[in-house]
Amino acid sequence: MQKKMMYSFPDDVLEHVFSFIQSDKDRNAVSAVCKLWYEIERWCRRKVFIGNCYAVSPRVVIKRFPEVRSIELKGKPHFADFNLVPDGWGGYVLPWIVEMAGAYPCLEEIRLKRMVVTDESLELIAKSFKNFKVLVLFSCEGFSTDGLAAIAAGCKNLRELDLRESEVDDLSGHWLTHFPETCTSLVSLNISCLGSDEVSFSALERLVGRCPNLKSLRLNRAVTLDKIANILRRAPQLVDFGTGNYASELPPDVLLNLAGAFSSCKELKSLSGFWDVVPAYLPALYSVCSRLTSLNLSYATIQNPEIIKLVSRCPSLQRLLVLDYIEDSGLEALASSCKDLQELRVFPSDPFGGEPHVSLTEQGLVTVSLGCPKLQSILYFCHRMTNAALVTIAQSCPNLTRFRLCIIEPKTADYLTLEPLDVGFGAIVEHCKDLRRLSLSGLLTDRVFEYIGTYAKKLEMLSVAFAGDSDLGLHHVLFGCESLRKLEIRDCPFGDKALLANAAKLETMRSLWMSSCTVSFGACKLLGQKMPRLNVEVIDETEPPDSRPESCPVEKFYIYRSVSGPRFDKPPFVWTMDEEGKIMH
Amino acid sequence: MEHERYHMINFEETELRLGLPGGKGNDGEATKNNGKRGFSETVNLKLNLSTKEAEGDESGKMKEKSSIAPRSTDPAKPPAKAQVVGWPPVRSFRKNIMAVQKASSEEEGDGKKAGNSIAAAFVKVSMDGAPYLRKVDLKLYKNYQQLSDALSKMFSSFTIDNYESQGTKDFMNESKLIDLLNGSKYVPTYEDKDGDWMLVGDVPWGMFVEFCKRLRIMKGSEAIGLAPRAVEKCKNRC
Repeated sequence: MQKKMMYSFPDDVLEHVFSFIQSDKDRNAVSAVCKLWYEIERWCRRKVFIGNCYAVSPRVVIKRFPEVRSIELKGKPHFADFNLVPDGWGGYVLPWIVEMAGAYPCLEEIRLKRMVVTDESLELIAKSFKNFKVLVLFSCEGFSTDGLAAIAAGCKNLRELDLRESEVDDLSGHWLTHFPETCTSLVSLNISCLGSDEVSFSALERLVGRCPNLKSLRLNRAVTLDKIANILRRAPQLVDFGTGNYASELPPDVLLNLAGAFSSCKELKSLSGFWDVVPAYLPALYSVCSRLTSLNLSYATIQNPEIIKLVSRCPSLQRLLVLDYIEDSGLEALASSCKDLQELRVFPSDPFGGEPHVSLTEQGLVTVSLGCPKLQSILYFCHRMTNAALVTIAQSCPNLTRFRLCIIEPKTADYLTLEPLDVGFGAIVEHCKDLRRLSLSGLLTDRVFEYIGTYAKKLEMLSVAFAGDSDLGLHHVLFGCESLRKLEIRDCPFGDKALLANAAKLETMRSLWMSSCTVSFGACKLLGQKMPRLNVEVIDETEPPDSRPESCPVEKFYIYRSVSGPRFDKPPFVWTMDEEGKIMH
Repeated sequence: MEHERYHMINFEETELRLGLPGGKGNDGEATKNNGKRGFSETVNLKLNLSTKEAEGDESGKMKEKSSIAPRSTDPAKPPAKAQVVGWPPVRSFRKNIMAVQKASSEEEGDGKKAGNSIAAAFVKVSMDGAPYLRKVDLKLYKNYQQLSDALSKMFSSFTIDNYESQGTKDFMNESKLIDLLNGSKYVPTYEDKDGDWMLVGDVPWGMFVEFCKRLRIMKGSEAIGLAPRAVEKCKNRC
């Protein structure tokens, strides 16, 4: 009897089938079926995502996947966003570019997050990849507009240049003139982070005018309101637009012109920018509001009633980013007008002010949760909270996948009952079964971690600050959260016991950050010794950690799994605990 | 050469002393009172990367001169809350943006909240010879001393030859300034709003926080070139 197995299909058939499988997880699963599938899959993988640039070396990636066209890399730990990671820590992209320049001449897309990108890297990209199309630099730093000029000049088929939230040495607006007249391929341009007062406006206008496929354009603050109408008229096909400065003293006819320009953009669904907003010019947007699905007012210092007027006109809104000037009353208006809301982010206008100066409380969030049951993602900064409010939110929004609450004063209790907020957050993890990301704040005991360990089975990322009583808290999380990938903790009384007891768990996660806790140097050394597939990096800016007794707590450490061993680009203040119990530097 | 700096060398002490109009060390120049805040204290600014003893010395010296007057802001404004690093978790670009917008709205008489003095002011700090930049939030410090301590901690991995401090800097006296700079290995300088590089310590602390765009810890020999300008600007500000 002949055994003709399913997998004796010819290779190219398998390859064709695999080409329909795009998600990384599925691709990884496919490659694990058998050696043959592994081989075929690796030759036809076109997209690679590397969540920690130090988890694997570029050479290893290139060796396994020789035909990659698109790569995404992430560098620094998330807490680098809040200045907890000293400058010079690492996350350099240059070694990757150097290796890929030789190995991937057909590379088309590079997406980076929290990495250090130099002008040299950008120049190398422009030179090495003839068909380069997409460059996304999300929260990156280390480069200047000179590097951007190289990209503009060198990448003939550039489709996307997105510098969102990056820190760029903005030497002059002149770099825009480096886009050749022949460049017509741009689909997305985001330069909102550029800081200088200059922009080469005529170059920008011409560029926009000759790119018929431009769908997303986010300008920087240097572009003044009077220029926007011209830009919009040249790109009526825009779907996503970020204004520059939204203030000036315009004569009334210019305002009318602006309104006309906005209304001519029939596809416009997303707006952002709005620096220095003068409320009188907001009506220019009204014609667009009914179609808007995304609105970012988080740089706009407007208050009510202007915010309410705007938001009430946007019934299709799915995503709103706004400052706490919206207040509870504005959130009420949001709740009644925007039934399709999926994402809400409320930022503090005065994060360091002592007393709240706006009337934004837990009530606002409760109202939105009751009115917008489709909510999936919440980021909310406020000054007070109650367990009851959190329970209501949890019950009203069972589809939450991301819940980040920041009560500005650390260790703030339920202001009505004076109890910890354990029960409230417990309700969130219990009711929101698909919760993937959670940030805690307020007064919290070990109890909240017990709830998290019990219920948060899909949780992938947890951020903890000023919470817990003992190691038991940390233990609950490491033991119970099956899907945990990233854990970041600061200022919690977590020490060695829970960490060492759950050492194996760390190999199933991408990374663990702990700072201002009570984990000792000895424990870090032990982990480094016993767990060769983990990189245990102690960060100490004052002196080598072994100049103190082993029982001394380390100020900061970062542990991540890696198949490529300790990294070689550590700065002087990062110490690796290696297998021989030595600290490497 | 550059490489040498990466290894263990002892850092030297640099002393900067402010002698501003109306204060000591003025060589008897007439005080011009044009309504600007007087700044009669002298401040010792040392980039001190050595041991605790030296710090002890410093505080002793400080007490002697009873110099540090924290740049006090308007008494009507609430006292600044002690800031925890990285809390609340708001990204720098949000802090800075809000600061600028609030400042301008206050100028326009908006005045919804009493003080904007608490918003952040991040500036880059580079040190000649160090392979990477650091960033500091000037609003975290109340005076030059605190800034200097923080900078010492930050750059302690890069230490430089020890030597005896050469005395104080007098911004009004160019030749004294040059002498001191000649002796100093490293000197803190800053780029101000006009794009000029100035010596740190030449203006009252509050003004400095407002003017400073970035910091550079420069070699003393290079900083000498800044001495004439420092003297010039100092005189202009009197």
